[in-house]
Amino acid sequence: MNISASTHTTLALFGGVAGVLILASAIGALLKWRVAHSQPHSVIDNLNSRVNAWWVMVAVIGIAFAFGKGGVIVLFYLISFYALREFMSLAYTRRGDHHAIAVAFFVALPVQYFLIWIEWYGLYSIFIPVYAFLVLPILAAVGGDTKRFLERTSKVQWGLMVCVFCISHVPALLTLHIPGFEGRNLLLIAFLVIVVQGSDVLQYVWGKLFGRRKVAPELSPSKTWEGLVGGVASATALGAALSWATPFNPWQAALMALTICVMGFFGGLVMSAIKRDRGVKDWGTMIEGHGGMLDRLDSVIFAAPIYFHALRYWWVP
Amino acid sequence: MSASEPGGLRKAAAVVSAWLIVVFAKLLTGVRAIWAGSSPKAEQTLYFANHTSHGDFVLLWATLPPDLRALTRPVAGQDYWEASPLRRFIGQDVFNALMIRRDGGGAANPVDQMTEALQSGDSLIMFPEGTRNIGEEVLLPLKSGLYHLARACPQVRLVPVWIENLKRVLPKGTLVPIPLACTVRYGTPISLAEGEDKAMFIARARAAMLDLRPEYDRAEEATP
Repeated sequence: MNISASTHTTLALFGGVAGVLILASAIGALLKWRVAHSQPHSVIDNLNSRVNAWWVMVAVIGIAFAFGKGGVIVLFYLISFYALREFMSLAYTRRGDHHAIAVAFFVALPVQYFLIWIEWYGLYSIFIPVYAFLVLPILAAVGGDTKRFLERTSKVQWGLMVCVFCISHVPALLTLHIPGFEGRNLLLIAFLVIVVQGSDVLQYVWGKLFGRRKVAPELSPSKTWEGLVGGVASATALGAALSWATPFNPWQAALMALTICVMGFFGGLVMSAIKRDRGVKDWGTMIEGHGGMLDRLDSVIFAAPIYFHALRYWWVP
Repeated sequence: MSASEPGGLRKAAAVVSAWLIVVFAKLLTGVRAIWAGSSPKAEQTLYFANHTSHGDFVLLWATLPPDLRALTRPVAGQDYWEASPLRRFIGQDVFNALMIRRDGGGAANPVDQMTEALQSGDSLIMFPEGTRNIGEEVLLPLKSGLYHLARACPQVRLVPVWIENLKRVLPKGTLVPIPLACTVRYGTPISLAEGEDKAMFIARARAAMLDLRPEYDRAEEATP
């Protein structure tokens, strides 16, 4: 285990991200000055508030990384909490669901993160899909209200699955023991976050520059084929270029990145479908320019468990 | 918190309690104020809101700017808020609530009490349904009090307010609150039009409140 080397790698990654953000801030300021002539401009102002929010998000992740495993678990616990709050606040529920929702917030959420803290893989990988899945409908049934029962129950189950189970697979990456990579697991998280969010940003950039044909107009008017192909291809290349920081060789890193990007893209589509069903554009208002916590995380949610299990299957003996 | 404590201490306790209650309400519900048709200003205002929980006025109060909180008094049912020393402390000392009797007993009737408070310059938070809505209905029929107040105090700004989700945070008969996000939406002020009768005004006030609901809630109503 070489702590100084892994710290060095992490700092190099953060340095790279900061460099990209400095560039983005500079471009944003330039656009505001040259194109918008310092007047209000919806696209450019949104771009700038997105970039500013990125600075905050990178700083928060940096602080969590500095505290190591405890910091990362606390950070993702809070992320899960806010995501679950956004999800349940928009879901249709009735008084009979109160106990199930209370259990989701005050039992399932802390227990899941505690199991990850003590690294009990055998339980944290089935706790929500098996135990919570069965117990929540029992609580709702005891409530005695059968109106739209299946719909209400599945909303609480989905909320837990998406906001707690899937998101908790990001800190769960710290529990993997990859030979020759001990003590450097934070880099696995950095790789996931950089590739997923890089893919989102690159899809946005490619889409804004070259986007013509919409992929799914009824789900997400801003997603285009040009953005999708360009974004995923360049994020895959980005992943391959980051292989030096990972246990992968370049083509393995590219395949991992591709998997992450594809899952992330479809995650975004599914979460959009849920929003459209409810008639809202954003999950919340927490992150300036991005919407809510779930708007920023929709692609991580679907990518994290697949990335985790691919790593566990092929790299953990 | 007994009444025999010195006034200064009780006052300090009230200030601290107010702060704690606001922080707790904000943490639990992440409450967000949306000033959709009016702005928070130090103008005498009667806020009229939907009533689904004992926490309604706390949430509304918490979303007001601190300087307006001091001027704004909730209208509260005496039977509930004077039932125990703790409630009396919260109702009278912390929130300076205007206690009204809903059972029809006592010397003054609620509308007279509220008119008097408005004429002395207070802003008020009132719930025109007259009682807590704990059933399935979105909004109970409004009592006529709002009309009488509008007529007696035409100088007062009447701001409709919709409090969203608080009913689900702690439904009647449950003990553990769940941390759902709540919003308090302030609408465009209404006023009594020339020659408008009671039924017309009340219907308009009710529509102003219902219009503040988020779109997805209005759609929900249409589904069987």
